[in-house]
This record gives sequence, C-alpha cells and structure tokens, in this order.
Amino acid sequence: MATMTMAKALNAALADAMLDDERVVVFGEDVGQLGGVFRITDGLQARFGDKRCFDTPLAEAGIVGFAVGLAMSGLRPVVEMQFDAFAYPAFEQIASHVAKLRNRTRGALSVPIVIRVPYAGGIGGVEHHCDSSEAYYAHTPGLKVVTPATVEDAYSLLREAIDDPDPVVFMEPKKLYFSSAEAELPARTAPFGKAVVRRAGTDATLVAYGPAVPVALEAAEAAREEGWDLEVVDVRTIVPFDDATVIASVRKTGRCVVIQEAQGFAGVGAEIAARVQERCFHALHAPVLRVSGLDIPYPAPMLEHAHLPSVDRVLDTVARLQWDDQPDTRWVAA
Amino acid sequence: MTTTPQAVRRASPRTRRKATPAAVDPSAGLLPRTEPVRLLNPDGTPLPARDDYPEPPLDALREMYRRMVVGRRFDVQATALTKQGRLAVYPSSRGQEACQVGGVLALHDTDWVFPTYRESMALTARGIDPVEVLTLLRGDWHCGYDPAARHTAPQCTPLATQCVHAAGLAYGESYQGRDTVALAFIGDGATSEGDFHEGVNFAAVFKAPVVYFVQNNKYAISVPLSRQTAAPSLAYKGVGYGVPSEQVDGNDPVAVLAVLTRAVEHARSGQGPFLVEAHTYRMEPHTNADDQTRYRDAEEVEAWRDRDPIARLETYLRARGVLDDAAVAAIADEAEAYAAALRDRMNAQPAVDPLSLFDHVYAEPTPQLVEQREQVRAELAAARDEEGDA
Repeated sequence: MATMTMAKALNAALADAMLDDERVVVFGEDVGQLGGVFRITDGLQARFGDKRCFDTPLAEAGIVGFAVGLAMSGLRPVVEMQFDAFAYPAFEQIASHVAKLRNRTRGALSVPIVIRVPYAGGIGGVEHHCDSSEAYYAHTPGLKVVTPATVEDAYSLLREAIDDPDPVVFMEPKKLYFSSAEAELPARTAPFGKAVVRRAGTDATLVAYGPAVPVALEAAEAAREEGWDLEVVDVRTIVPFDDATVIASVRKTGRCVVIQEAQGFAGVGAEIAARVQERCFHALHAPVLRVSGLDIPYPAPMLEHAHLPSVDRVLDTVARLQWDDQPDTRWVAA
Repeated sequence: MTTTPQAVRRASPRTRRKATPAAVDPSAGLLPRTEPVRLLNPDGTPLPARDDYPEPPLDALREMYRRMVVGRRFDVQATALTKQGRLAVYPSSRGQEACQVGGVLALHDTDWVFPTYRESMALTARGIDPVEVLTLLRGDWHCGYDPAARHTAPQCTPLATQCVHAAGLAYGESYQGRDTVALAFIGDGATSEGDFHEGVNFAAVFKAPVVYFVQNNKYAISVPLSRQTAAPSLAYKGVGYGVPSEQVDGNDPVAVLAVLTRAVEHARSGQGPFLVEAHTYRMEPHTNADDQTRYRDAEEVEAWRDRDPIARLETYLRARGVLDDAAVAAIADEAEAYAAALRDRMNAQPAVDPLSLFDHVYAEPTPQLVEQREQVRAELAAARDEEGDA
C-alpha cells in the first residue's frame, strides 16, 4: 500500500500496459518529452522510446483518425485529447468511424483504441478547458464511456480500457488528478459494466460518476447530521451502464438523487433518472431528482463555484425527497 | 528556356546539377509540373516516350483495358438497377474508368485501398464480388465485403476522413515491418475538408507510405472546382506539407498507370507519401438522384466524350498489335456476362434480419442491447402471428 495520486495511477496503468503488450502505442499533443500537460504520460517516452510514445501534429481529427488506421494494422493506440473541448474537432472521426467501424464491417475490423479525455471543471480553467462532454459520447452507439472516481479505479479501468476489444472514451476528471489515496498496484477493481456502492445507506440513493462522486460522498457524510443515512452509487462505466446495481439500491432506499457535474438538460443524469423511474416506480416514495451543473456554457474561474454541484445543492435536493409525504411544492401548479 | 522551379523539380536525377544544400530551392522536388503527364493523345496516338514515366508493360495495359470495359458495363448495370429500384442510390464513375482501374492495378494485393462511395468500379476491378460491393448502396446495413481479407476499407461516405486512416494504417504497417502501401481515393471537393489536410500532413510527418489519389472530376455534386480552391491545381496541395505531387491526364490510361506506379514505388521505398491529381470528368450525374442540367451544359459533357479513356486505350492497343476485333469482342462478351450475372443476382431479394443489427455494435452486446434485441424479436414474432391470422 502506498499513497498516490490518480495522475500517478493513470501513468502506471499506461506504463504497465505498454510493458505487457508491445502493440500498445501512446500518442497525442505534448505527451512525449513533456509527459502531457497533466503529466499522465510522464516518463513513457524515455522508458519505451519515441516509437511507442510520441507527439503528433496538433490536429485532433488527425490523431483519432490516425489511431483508427493504426488499429486496423493491428496496434492498440491510446490517444490523449489534451482537454475536453479540444476533442471536438475529432468528433466526426469518433462518431462516424471509431464508433461504427466494427458494425459497418460485421466485426471484420475492430477499433480497440482508447481516447483519453481530461474533462470537467473545478480547476479554475479558462474557457474551453472545463467541458463535461460525456453525454456526446454516451449517446453514440459503439463507444464505451468510462470515468473513474477513485485512484484504484483509475488504474484498473484504464488497464481494462486498453485491453477491451471496443473503443473506449476514457473520461478523466481533472479535479481528481491530484487527489490521493492508499492504493496497491496493479489493482484490478470491478470490471466494465459494474457500478459500485461506495457508501451503504438506507434512506436514499445518490447516483454519481466521475467528479461528482466525492461531492456525493461528502454530502452523505453531512446528511448524517440531518438524520439521513444515504447510499452512494458510483456509476464508473456510463456505457455499458449497470442498471442492476442502481435498481437494487433504489428499490432498497425508495428515494434517488442523480448527481452530475455536466449541464443537466439531455445529460447522462437525465438518462439515469429515466431508467430509475421506469424500473423502480413502485418502490419510489418521491420523484427521482437531479443535481447538475447549470444549463450555461461552462463559466469563468471566478464564477464556476456557482455552477458546480455543491454539497449544499445536493443536501437541498435530498431535503425535497418528500420525507413528510407532502408533494414537492416546486412542481405543484399555482 | 528559363529555369523555373518546375523545371528543377523535373530534371531527371541524371541531369540534375550538383549543388550545395544551401543552393537547393527548398521546394525543389515538391512543386508539381504545371501540365498533367500525358502519354497518349486523346485520339489514342502515342506521345513521345519519356524517361520519367516509362510506359507500363503492354500486358498490364491490356489487362487494364479489360477491367475498364468490364467496369464500365458494371457501372451501366448498377445505374440501371437503381432505376429499377434495386439499389437505393448509385454514384456513377463512368468516364473515370482509367482512374478507377489504374488506382487498384498499381497496387499489390496486400496493399490497402481506402475508397470513397464513388469507387464501386475500382473495388470490382480489384476482384471483389460486385454484389458485395453494392451491399450498402442496395440498402443493407454493412459494407458487404470483408475489408481485412480484401485489404480494402469500407467505402467511405464522410468526406476525406479516410485520408487519415490511410496514414495510420500505412504507418502501422511499416511500424510492424511490412512494406504495405495505402492508396486513398479522394475527390476534388473533399480536398477542401480538414481531414484531407490532416491526413496528408500526418502521412508526411510520419513518412507513411501513402498515395493520395485525387480524382478531379470537376464537380462536387454541383459545386465547380473554382469554388474549392484558388490553387493552380489540386496537386499543389502537397507542397505545403512537404509532399511531392504530380498531375496526370486522368483519361489517359497509360499515363494514369505510369504515374500511379511511380507514386506507389515512391511510397514503398520509404520516401513517404505522394499526391497524384488526375484530371478527369464524371460523365453521369452525381448520383441517380441528381439533376446535372441545373449546373452544367450538355455541350460540356459531350466535349468530354471525345476524351473517352476506353476508346483511347483501345486505339492504342490495336495500334500496338495486342488487341484485335476478336479480343475486343471477347472482352465485350465477358462484360455482358458479368452484367447479366449481376442483374440476376441483384433481382433476388436479399434476406435481411433485423436481429442482426445488434450483432456487431460491440464485441459483446451490452445488457441494454440484449433487452432491445428481445423487444425486436417479440415485435417480429407478433407481426408474423398477425400475418398468420390474416
């Protein structure tokens, strides 16, 4: 056991994958000598050489399209999009080719590539550096979409992503890069498609993923003072989504709040809320509620605190879960 | 004659002046010649032989002729099948036979082709079953052939995106010690897309063995070349990326094969990508759904009939004594039989199974897809029961 950051765990996962499988190549912008702007690829070029870890021209569609071709030749590319919003030029390659090539060729060609996307805010980033873009990818059949919230999960999910036969968009919560925890590597946690109960509770379920998980856990601790015993489910893999774990938890608690940092409208949280409502209606004592970022462009550093889901916003929402069996006045027509 | 950069570029290695590196024009070797390479006149009479582009062997040209004739008949048949409702849509490449066939004839079987939707003829010329080639255009959900076995990517509908795949595939192959060349077809309009530029640039930076083969057929649906570029020619697109380029008369089959052969050799020998612009003309509308009278005159189209690539090659091969009436008739018969077999097979209604739509979304379907497949299975069963009751 050693204390390490999520950034270090991700770096170790890349290094171990490169050591285990010589088909793994890592490339992107500044990932070589510099080791990436967040240092996730630190030391890989020195250790494995500039054929295994290399810088590319600054062209995200080019990076992803190049990875498609490399995968067709039998390699296992892991590419870095430097920031969430910088991946948008690559969207056509991702949505039209990465996601569909297996299907278009009935499995004759597969695209086992990992697209690493540092995402979300809370780091005081200027515009275009803090987008939560997971819904775009989750809405695209053919992609797996994964986001770790813990140090050991970061290692394990990235190793599994690199081994996976399908393309994986690997969403790394920037604000958790330098969070640290006790971890023993090489860790193998739950596989893709499994959500994990991070905190057991009886009164209500908080469903969260990525950067929202620590918020949910903190809120659950704070809720004890209010007399609520909250369960926290970490989604981990948005696609494939683990209905079973979420359903089991909500059927047990009878109440559910879905928390995401992204803007709320048409987001992943909306999908989760709908799935819970469809599957747990008869167990619910209150409507499924959501806590999310606001439906605004990601705000400037001096204002992001107003946008990000906070512990207070979560607790205010939990308070509206009809504990007294009265309808939520917000939704009652005047 | 003044020494233009083009002339420097085209000086053969034997005659090139010895120069210190500082004296070399940095664009030397990159600027395309201002005139397309041409080895046959439009009437099929030969132009003087040239050192830089030796004429391909006659047996290769004869084979090229055969595939062009069969290819055109295939194209005519596919157009007819569309009118009969057997195909959802068909983008014809009639008039571009020299490029379609030359593009695949210049390659080894182990080389990779990255086609667009207009390359159905090229794929059949590569020996892929025409029914498989037309699978997507027929309205089915997959590309039809096995791309891994045929070293041929699925026909690419998004514009220019295949240019980057070709760079990656070619680099990955050389990375693993194989001498594979990738040839990416692209049209004139798609050279305006960002992925064309990113692909050529990646290929150049990583010295990937790619031939970018631009068929400039003058129109992107209705938009003329003048709206795509202000460059003197599309071959100039290579210069800025450090990629040598050449223009060729795309309706001169001998020149097309000669230039592509050299481009492929350039790539295979480790010198990086090469860009070829072929000047050709799409004789048919963009697809069956297009109305070309809205953007070009019949006279313009008619003028290109005089430059027909098949007639041009036939005249030349007859003059060289490797083609006679009997051989021409035999090839025409072969083309007719090919088209008749295609027509018969396309008239049979293909079996489609909605449940197969779930098979290859992922290596293993997600639990949600398993649920949806069961839903569709139940819907299909209910529909069959209703039919049975009726």
